[in-house]
Amino acid sequence: MAFDKIELRDLEVWDGNFAAAQALRQAQVDVVAAYPITPSTPIVEGYAKFKSDNYIEGEFVMVESEHAAMSACIGAAAAGGRVATATSSQGLALMVETLYQASGMRLPIVLNLVNRALAAPLNVNGDHSDMYLTRDSGWIQLDAFSPQEAYDMNLIAFKVSEDHDIRLPAIVNQDGFMTSHTAQGVYPLTDDAAFEFVGTYKPMNDMLDFEHPVTHGVQTEEDWHFEHKARQHNDLMVKVPSKIDEVFADFEKLSGRKYNPVECYDMADADVAVFCLGTSVETAREVATEMRAKGIKAGVVGLRVIRPFPFMEVADALKDIKAVAVLDRSSPNGAAGAMFNEVAGSLINTDSKVLLSGYVYGLGGRDLTKANLVDLYKELQANADAGKLTTQQQQFIGVRGPKLSYL
Amino acid sequence: MKKGWDEFEIGAMLRTFDGSIDNIAGTSQDDRSYSENSSYTASVADWRLIKPIFNKDYCIDCQFCWIYCPDVSIISRDKKMIGIDMDHCKGCGICAEVCPTNPKSLIMFPEQSEDEAEIASWPAKDEEK
Repeated sequence: MAFDKIELRDLEVWDGNFAAAQALRQAQVDVVAAYPITPSTPIVEGYAKFKSDNYIEGEFVMVESEHAAMSACIGAAAAGGRVATATSSQGLALMVETLYQASGMRLPIVLNLVNRALAAPLNVNGDHSDMYLTRDSGWIQLDAFSPQEAYDMNLIAFKVSEDHDIRLPAIVNQDGFMTSHTAQGVYPLTDDAAFEFVGTYKPMNDMLDFEHPVTHGVQTEEDWHFEHKARQHNDLMVKVPSKIDEVFADFEKLSGRKYNPVECYDMADADVAVFCLGTSVETAREVATEMRAKGIKAGVVGLRVIRPFPFMEVADALKDIKAVAVLDRSSPNGAAGAMFNEVAGSLINTDSKVLLSGYVYGLGGRDLTKANLVDLYKELQANADAGKLTTQQQQFIGVRGPKLSYL
Repeated sequence: MKKGWDEFEIGAMLRTFDGSIDNIAGTSQDDRSYSENSSYTASVADWRLIKPIFNKDYCIDCQFCWIYCPDVSIISRDKKMIGIDMDHCKGCGICAEVCPTNPKSLIMFPEQSEDEAEIASWPAKDEEK
């Protein structure tokens, strides 16, 4: 069955969801199984429309839950197809069991996770609670800060994930509404260039290879389970980082857009820095530039690759600065923030004397305003000047009521 | 020695055969060269607590047990009941339940029972049935 191509303009106006749907179309995915949920709904809605308009040759499977959606994706990937889906928040939470199945079975699946808060209280807006829920799931996890990056990261995710040395599923995160529903200029590749970049899907250990029958999803007890998990961790630590670097380099050659596991902005001579993810990175960059005009040497570190966590690159980015704020957009609920812990883990046992403070912000779609960030940079500068933390280690930004600070 | 973490294929995936195969549908089970990792080769019955014992003296080769067995553990060739694949039988007792002969040709016994002793003391025909 033939399908039609779309002639895209050099510059399109897309929101993050439509950008992701276009990338899935161009990658010529074989199977999308999905159960739409706000704010990721338009990804699968857009994909379904492409299918009904004959721009896609593949299967769209409507299922009864997100658990079933990922289960169908696992089946399709084990059968030997290119597979993708999208979800958010509660849907992701229902999918968690099957996320571990997908990664343990070493099946390359691309999941667009449009970040949204987790109930209760019920909330459809953006924070990173669902992103954090996937932390130890064994998936490669990338973060897009804008619609352009949501498009680019999807194409990159397929290429990394499906490589026969890797064979691990990949999540592409984007901020709910702030990225997913905010239309911006996006420079797409042509259909041919995008597909050529991603490449024809090369099956591995596929169930549809009838000359080599395989059993997928076997049971192992104490005699084998540990070895499988060790291998998965090893491949994430050792093989995936260099593959991501390689694919980022290939993508730069093709598009001119350069990505790094850790995105540094004005960090070369910075005294103080903000470490964050998602759309907050772009806001922080704008404020950092303004702070420089006021005499504070401010920088921003944005995390592009969440898993495998780029420990060395993070340590390198922060080694010469005086104070860094690590922003967590998910309630730690009784701990330091997850990102705070990761950054602290990167810096420990190094010579760095950087002062580390953690901030919880933006829960349930609460804005991180430029004024918030101006105050934050001033606080960091005060820490740098004092040579020690002038506040407690953990604070909240933008919450009403008496000031919260801990540790 | 079992293999280390870097010595096996990724993905909790097992191959039914070593190398490639063709015309598997036209090859009977006995003639297939299953791999060491195939669940056909491996014993997957180590949690069985009760087992069926087959007494061929009363069997009428009706194939009920073969049809009903959920684990394909009834060995039947040319429509003749031959015995039970004890590497795969989980001891569910369905074969004994559906066996229509009087006395039954398949009866469940504790796992440690001796087949010959139980067959020697097999129940007599139930005249009331």
